[in-house]
Amino acid sequence: MTKPLPHPNATTQPFWSGCQQGRFELQRCEACGHMQFPPRLACTSCHSGALGWVNASGRGTVYSFTTVYRAPIEAFKPDLPYIIAMIELEEGPRAMMNLRGADPERIAIGMEVEIFFEPPAADGGYPLPQARLRS
Amino acid sequence: MPSPVITGAADTEVGKLEGSTSLGLQAQAAMAAVEDAGLSLAEIDGVLCAYSFTEPHLMLSSVVSEFLGIAPSYSVAVQAGGATACAQLVHAAALVESGRCRHVLVVCGDNRLTGMTRDRAVAALSEVGHAQFERPYGISVPSAYALVARRYMHEYGVTLEHLAGVAVAHRKNAMRHPKAQMREPITLEDVARSRPISTPLRLLDCCLISDGGAAVVVSAADAARDTRKPGIAILGTGQMNTHEHIVAAPSFTDFGCKQSSAQAFGRAGIKAADIDVAEIYDSFTITLLAELESIGFFGRGEAGPAILSGALDLDGKLPCNTHGGLLSYAHSGAAGGMFHVVEAVRQLRGEAAGRQVANARLGFVHGDGGILSVHFSLVLGRL
Repeated sequence: MTKPLPHPNATTQPFWSGCQQGRFELQRCEACGHMQFPPRLACTSCHSGALGWVNASGRGTVYSFTTVYRAPIEAFKPDLPYIIAMIELEEGPRAMMNLRGADPERIAIGMEVEIFFEPPAADGGYPLPQARLRS
Repeated sequence: MPSPVITGAADTEVGKLEGSTSLGLQAQAAMAAVEDAGLSLAEIDGVLCAYSFTEPHLMLSSVVSEFLGIAPSYSVAVQAGGATACAQLVHAAALVESGRCRHVLVVCGDNRLTGMTRDRAVAALSEVGHAQFERPYGISVPSAYALVARRYMHEYGVTLEHLAGVAVAHRKNAMRHPKAQMREPITLEDVARSRPISTPLRLLDCCLISDGGAAVVVSAADAARDTRKPGIAILGTGQMNTHEHIVAAPSFTDFGCKQSSAQAFGRAGIKAADIDVAEIYDSFTITLLAELESIGFFGRGEAGPAILSGALDLDGKLPCNTHGGLLSYAHSGAAGGMFHVVEAVRQLRGEAAGRQVANARLGFVHGDGGILSVHFSLVLGRL
């Protein structure tokens, strides 16, 4: 079984197309200004259907994290141990990413991170947004 | 209006049951619950099933009814992950209160241990992660709960020892139950030394994978008079759904169990402090800690130290998961949550030999599905 790769749909295509351009885009409600992620069809705050896209700064902090020693499927076993972090973006929404290049023993909640994009695993795939510690 | 009544309750053997099948376990539990109620299968006019990993079917309640040889006038399957059993009870209560049914059979069962490999069970559960925004990162159910655990520890000073204390308390309870899957004593050190699964959660912070089935019969108040044993009333129910995926959770520390339990307590006209015995979903040690504090049984950051001092023991502040819970009794899919219901009924009837909470009159049962996403609460009482 291979790793699950993102397969965009009509709602998420703009997000993944943004990743191809090196942008992490959030939805912004044109009625109330609420910012949200993951993408939906309506604002999760006021339920307006008028949503636009804004480019996130790509900076955030570690909201929580875990070092994984038991992979969900065979395809992740070569990566063990790997870190999954919940990143709180500067704009407010949270997003899940792997925290790359960090020592699991030295990570703490609140550390500053930046988003980078890992190249697609296969031709025609999409770059995956990931996090790394800021200097 | 008089409350709906649980008139029958039963579970099968649990653990590693070679040769068992999902359908067989459901039928066995169903027949035992109907027998416990002193009814015959022919008197069952409603059937609520859950779901099965090993024998999935689009219409499970129809399959189970056919296998039992009954033709109920109402029969559907209910799915709300780990909250399914409590959700089924809420539906059953509504069916008998509305007059649509008189005796509703509520049944769960799966042979998740022998019917599939452990790897396959872990992989199947990981499929609940968000397909585009979680699963590409290697998320599993333990990892999602680990993210909650780390944040909860950060905000409220919960320690690894507090988590270990939950596992030890459950094992202590399971050792009093002759059917429990895990009856070897464990210590805080054993939990600390068990292998890491997804930090801060270690193997002994995680629930079991088991074969087993469980069922109850919910009867209308007037119909309950014909049954064999003293009925256990469903005095109040509640539900709350705040998110599905952890990436969309509004909070990592405050969960829908707060609202669902408040609804159930309110409808029953009681307070949390009135509960004599509680059976609360414990998929991981952090699950129980976060629920106990979100519901208000303990103040923030206080459940861990209290549990280390025996708060969940039979004579503690809140006797809880008296059968050993998902951590040490058994966890076989939706039946895992139904074991909590069956144990609450036994405690309230005074049938819990060797682990009976003295004078248990009011019980609380709680189910959590997803990543603390969907919550169902029940207040049960001796009639």
